[in-house]
Amino acid sequence: MFLINCPYCGEREQSEFKAGGEAHIVRPKQPTELSDDQWAEYLFMRKNIKGIQFERWVHTHGCRKWFNVVRDTSNDIIKAVYKMGEKPPPNK
Amino acid sequence: MTKSLRVKTSKFIDETYKISFKFNRKTYYGYKGDTLASALLANNIHLVGRSFKYHRPRGIMTAGSEEPNAIVQLHDNTSRTEPNVRATEIEIYEGLEASSQNCWPNVNFDIGGINNFLSPILPAGFYYKTFMWPASFWEKYEYFIRKSAGLGKSPTKPDPDIYEHKYIHCDVLVIGAGISGIMAAKTAAKNGFKTLLVDEKPYLGGSTIYQNSEHFKINNQISSSWLDKEINEIKKFENLEIKIRTSVAAFHGYNFLLARESLTDHLPVNQRANKIRHRLLKIRSKKVINATGSLERPLIFNNNDRPGILLSSAIDKYANFYGVACGEKNVLFTNNDSAYETAINLNQKGINIEAVIDNREEVDSKLVKETENNKIRVYKGYTVVDTSGYKKINNVSIMQLSKDGEKAIGSKISINCDCLGISGGWTPAVHLFTQSGGKLKFREEDKVFIPNKYSSDQISIGSCNGEFTLDEILSSAPKILKEFLNIKKTDYENLEVNSSFNKSKRNIWLLPSDKVLGKTKSFVDYQNDATAKDIKLALREGFRSIEHVKRYTTTGMGTDQGKLGNMHALGIVSETAGSKMGELGTTTFRPPYTPLTFGTIVGRNVGEYFDVFRKTPIHDWHVKNKAEFENVGQWKRAWYYPKNGEGMHDAVQRESKAARDSAGILDASTLGKIDIQGTDASEFLNRVYTNAWSKLSIGKCRYGLMLNEDGMVYDDGVTTRLEENHYIMTTTTGGAATVLSKLEDYLQTEWPELDVYLTSVTDHYATVSVCGPNSKKIISQVIPDLNLSDESFPHMSFKNAKIGNIKCKVMRISFTGEHSYEINVQASFGKAVWEKCMEVGKKFNITPYGTETMHLLRAEKGFIIVGQDTDATMTPIDLQMDWIVSKKKYDFIGKRSLYRSDTIREDRKQLVGLLTENPNEILEEGAQIVADINKSPVEMLGHVTSSYYSPNLKKSIALGVVKGGKNMMGQKLIIPMENKQINVTVADPVFLDKENKRLNA
Ligand SMILES: [Zn+2]
Repeated sequence: MFLINCPYCGEREQSEFKAGGEAHIVRPKQPTELSDDQWAEYLFMRKNIKGIQFERWVHTHGCRKWFNVVRDTSNDIIKAVYKMGEKPPPNK
Repeated sequence: MTKSLRVKTSKFIDETYKISFKFNRKTYYGYKGDTLASALLANNIHLVGRSFKYHRPRGIMTAGSEEPNAIVQLHDNTSRTEPNVRATEIEIYEGLEASSQNCWPNVNFDIGGINNFLSPILPAGFYYKTFMWPASFWEKYEYFIRKSAGLGKSPTKPDPDIYEHKYIHCDVLVIGAGISGIMAAKTAAKNGFKTLLVDEKPYLGGSTIYQNSEHFKINNQISSSWLDKEINEIKKFENLEIKIRTSVAAFHGYNFLLARESLTDHLPVNQRANKIRHRLLKIRSKKVINATGSLERPLIFNNNDRPGILLSSAIDKYANFYGVACGEKNVLFTNNDSAYETAINLNQKGINIEAVIDNREEVDSKLVKETENNKIRVYKGYTVVDTSGYKKINNVSIMQLSKDGEKAIGSKISINCDCLGISGGWTPAVHLFTQSGGKLKFREEDKVFIPNKYSSDQISIGSCNGEFTLDEILSSAPKILKEFLNIKKTDYENLEVNSSFNKSKRNIWLLPSDKVLGKTKSFVDYQNDATAKDIKLALREGFRSIEHVKRYTTTGMGTDQGKLGNMHALGIVSETAGSKMGELGTTTFRPPYTPLTFGTIVGRNVGEYFDVFRKTPIHDWHVKNKAEFENVGQWKRAWYYPKNGEGMHDAVQRESKAARDSAGILDASTLGKIDIQGTDASEFLNRVYTNAWSKLSIGKCRYGLMLNEDGMVYDDGVTTRLEENHYIMTTTTGGAATVLSKLEDYLQTEWPELDVYLTSVTDHYATVSVCGPNSKKIISQVIPDLNLSDESFPHMSFKNAKIGNIKCKVMRISFTGEHSYEINVQASFGKAVWEKCMEVGKKFNITPYGTETMHLLRAEKGFIIVGQDTDATMTPIDLQMDWIVSKKKYDFIGKRSLYRSDTIREDRKQLVGLLTENPNEILEEGAQIVADINKSPVEMLGHVTSSYYSPNLKKSIALGVVKGGKNMMGQKLIIPMENKQINVTVADPVFLDKENKRLNA
């Protein structure tokens, strides 16, 4: 059970949040122009990194805001937290 | 048997406070301060239970929570009964009743003991190998295995005790109140840290508190006296909380720990009512100091498990702390100096020591010398090769060890005894440290794993950090604490420490015997009866990973998680396989450190609080009118309203008929409702629903289907345009929360440019739905001011209205296919409006109906229920709902997926209607659908998703999904059931009123 520093509310228990998978996967602007393979790439393919991972979290039982988290999946240490639309910290 | 072995008064035992208790139905006496184990030993009882596999007699081995053998059942056949409790941890109280486990008919004569003689055919992996084949026999085997195995009995009555959870936030948590923990807690508290000190025992001071030996002194005081003063001082700090009888169960990341505080287990049962039994502490600490101590290792030799064989340190504690001699003729067997501390202490108390057997050949320490000076025979360079005595040890055989330690040589010497103390050195208790993600390193000199890399802000001090002698502990503690707490000074600088302990040790994981290994039983895991032979067999059979060896031999898999023998298992594996111990790594220590009761885990979440449910504002009316309820998500929904002893079928038939013939009323308050506002609300709906929304005029309603990005149906419901930039969306009852979070996700992350705000208003409104040919008449009386003409208020439209002073939103929408109205009012008025409808509707036989009738009525119309007729593999096209998928819209969630190669397959499962040949035959939901029963293997085409008997059509109707079903209209299919085959015909899923005439009736 880690602690997450919600950029809107501050530090809260993990149980208040929900993970939303890999971050920075942008929904294609023109899906209808994509091939099956290109669409499948967006739809299904996700990395599963051991180490530094950029991921989305939402403060479900709090402000309901989505934001991004940089987490080391091998030890759950959170390196950075930043709002949606903000530039990810280096290391990407 | 009843001879008392109480040797000397101890300040920890109150001999003026006599306590009677029962063990295996016989009454015994002990004193306040005793554990069940110490009281039994004082009564000269060693035999406590039988071992798991071979049913060998077993006794008390330790004096702490690491006990593998002496586990008992408490208060058998009562509601407070509890299995697998360690006798070494139970503080006795008046009326305590304990009994042996894993034996039948009793501990002295146990039928399962025959396994001991069968042991040559019960090797490691025996269960895996033997009972695997043939697979169909497993059920029979399992019955016998379960009958003869198993430790203790679970309670069958409800738990009468109360449990609770509590959060604690602190600056420094100190785990363990031994000498290191006390120093740490005092230092932290003195420097202003909000400190919590916990210990699993009922007293503070660990093993130092009962050490009265002249050989261990701090500033010229006997170590226990010095520590006593420290303990008195720490009690004065207001910023230091001390919790005894509190065992840390789990150490998670980010310094989040779970601990169990035991509050009433030491009280007589009649004093426990209305008190909290266990409290689960959820501790968040900025810093953690592990002072968890160390566990003495046993020695692995032939027949090392008999009652009367204890850890040397346990014998020491029973004598010093409890004033109990474990035997009258004691022998000690050791590979290090620890057993000599015991020998000297016992000797001081007048307890007889027959001999000390030391596997070290050359030993030269003060403790050894003093032992010899006390005329105790010390055999140096010897090993125990065997023991005898069935229910209690009566003899040890010793032989000389060869120089390399691999053979027992010379002639056998036999020594009579009634107690054998063993000491194989010490293992740091690093369980919690590793749980937290810490990494260990192996220290070759004394073969121990010690903390190396920490995963959070924590530190280990004392013997859990591999510092086993008093001088090591006292010289390193100040340094470690200063650095960890970032302070300048502690109270423990330059202490004068006298410690006679010599660190030399001769480590032999498996001691040799005069017998071949195959003929020995050298136990490594006492509780699970895993022997050194089993481990070697596993290696011969090709297992290499320690995790695999563990599972194959079950070493370390008991309730004690192998606290005593895991290191030896590792050592034997490493020696046999020729691998380095440091590289082998340890098996994973998992929470809880000691077992937790279920009550502790669930806390207050029992009974009606186990899974709290949501009630609609009209719930009380349903209860009063005898509704049966159904769980939908977290909601309790009225399922049907049986009248005059009706069963569900009859009630639903009556309700369904009434709704179509005259009027029905449904509590629809549970439907999810999301308020959508903003200048881009219409555009937002365009993107999240499959159909077009821009042209929906104000005051109109529209049904929408929502997909996942993969094209599969996710939710559905009616959305109403209240104003230019204001909509109210309804969702399925179960989908309300997930739909809202999905919409928020898109809004915040993909389309932040849209000006849209979402608010959940499910709980704000109560929704009363009135349907049927007489619904218009009823509503016209409930809301007389509302113009209900089809011109003014057509199907799929909305109006604001008032019932007296109550504002309401009325929608003319229908999920039954009948003319129908939904009245939404502020939740607190829900019941009043419902009752008003009932009163007015009385003359029209208005009939309340529940979810079952609702499902039947919509099935007659072929309306889907998301989650019943769909799973996460149905597209709108599969549902034959192409009409709702906009061809014109450039994009919406899931659109692109509707023409992936997989989603355009013709042979996907598609929703169809099913009619049975015999109109009275009702299909079972979930039944498989096939075309050809004779083909092998039979091809499953699909399954029945909804099935009812329609009282309005007077025949059975069903919906189902069938591969390629869209093109199978009129085709005959078969539903094979257990005893029969049911013939069905594929039909249009709309069974009733295809022209929708009833909507405007
Ligand atoms: Zn927040």
